Amino acid sequence: MADTPLPLEVNNITKRFGDTEVLKGLSLKAHKGDVITLIGASGSGKSTFLRCMNLLEQPDDGELIVHGEPVRFKSTARGREPADWKQVVRMRAKLSMVFQGFNLWAHMTVLENIIEAPIHVLGKSRKEATEHAGALLERVGLSHRADAYPAQISGGQQQRGAIARALAMDPEVMLFDEPTSALDPELVGDVLKVMHGLADEGRTMVVVTHEMGFARDVSSQVMYLHEGQVEEAGDPAEVLKNPQSARLKQFLAPKY
Amino acid sequence: MLDLQGYGPRLLEGAGVTLALAVLSLILALVLGLVTASAKMSHSTVAHRLATLYTTLIRGVPDLVLMMLLFFGGQIGVNALTDSLYDATGIDIFININEFVAGVVTIGLIFGAYMGETFRGAFMAVDNGQIEAGKAYGMTPRLVFWRIRFPQMMRHALPGLSNNWMVLLKTTALVSVIGLADMVRIAAEASKATREPFTFMLVVAALYLMIASVSEWIFARLQKRYSIGYGEDD
Repeated sequence: MADTPLPLEVNNITKRFGDTEVLKGLSLKAHKGDVITLIGASGSGKSTFLRCMNLLEQPDDGELIVHGEPVRFKSTARGREPADWKQVVRMRAKLSMVFQGFNLWAHMTVLENIIEAPIHVLGKSRKEATEHAGALLERVGLSHRADAYPAQISGGQQQRGAIARALAMDPEVMLFDEPTSALDPELVGDVLKVMHGLADEGRTMVVVTHEMGFARDVSSQVMYLHEGQVEEAGDPAEVLKNPQSARLKQFLAPKY
Repeated sequence: MLDLQGYGPRLLEGAGVTLALAVLSLILALVLGLVTASAKMSHSTVAHRLATLYTTLIRGVPDLVLMMLLFFGGQIGVNALTDSLYDATGIDIFININEFVAGVVTIGLIFGAYMGETFRGAFMAVDNGQIEAGKAYGMTPRLVFWRIRFPQMMRHALPGLSNNWMVLLKTTALVSVIGLADMVRIAAEASKATREPFTFMLVVAALYLMIASVSEWIFARLQKRYSIGYGEDD
């Protein structure tokens, strides 16, 4: 069988902010259909690691390979930078991100948010993008709010709209940066349900989360980060039920 | 009734000059303002310093002084240039600095500095998450600017822009000093000739007020348009 390229491969990423080394050589391989969850205390570097994957943060060192295409870097006076921003733009269009703070564009309706990048980045026609958006809105249960502005709907609805926006790109990999952390508890369930459905249909996902239930039930691989390093990783059934390291045991222990 | 003693048509012409001067200066000021704001926010130290020099210089010198410096000083400069051209090549030309152009350039330069500060503040008020979302979806910097940063910045900039425009409109009255026949200058001439300054100044005041009222209406519409989605006026 011919090798199909991995949707996403990251090797030995390091990153420092000033004197603090926040990522100390992290790697990850996402096969098609993988759901990889990154867990860890705040400050463990999990969000920074995720943000290095679409270069919202510039890693100081390490490799980034999107669908078989390595991102090229060059050294500058300000540190390492991508050698070809056109390549970055192309690569980012394949990895769509769902943010903790939703970040739906405030001056556009939910529908306009969803068709924006497909039209202007992927070059789809408005008609085609709108049809696709209609189906996606249905899928996240937001058809009735298509013409609302983000400020007019709840956080849970905004996040489901943001997931629809991410899906509209037909991404190779979806990156989730603590998608439920900014939500009221009663709204978390709807968003997790949508994400659960995405995992079931074979979407490749990398998810930074504090939802241990999601990590346990949905992910194919879980990585526990501590101070910019992988402390423990593997099958969630193993890692979460039977943690080996003392830190992970403590992290998973009931807090009250 | 108001008797303009035949000066009516000339006053209207003067009002046309005032309006044209104001609108053209505004366009120049907006362009200079955007460039200045970008320069001040850029990573380049040179661009940053040049922009700071520009705004400091302009904002620290009275408008009237700047206008005379640019108009008379500009003429001397151009003359010196054409003289040296004559000395070097024997080609004799004379370029007269046009009062209208000088007015537009001066007022545009002055208000470009103020617009720059307004734009800079407005750009910084745009939530970084909105911009990151654009980047994360594969938008080029140009797309991020025109589709996200600019429309979101405008909501914050409009109150300041509207204020700057009102001041700019009234600053056009200064160009009568360099001999441009705007409505203030014509009213002044008419006042002298007829010895009825009150009549003519009242008309000029009313004309300024009219332009200002229409602008307020336009700015209110723009504010509404750029506030869409922010929970106001929905």
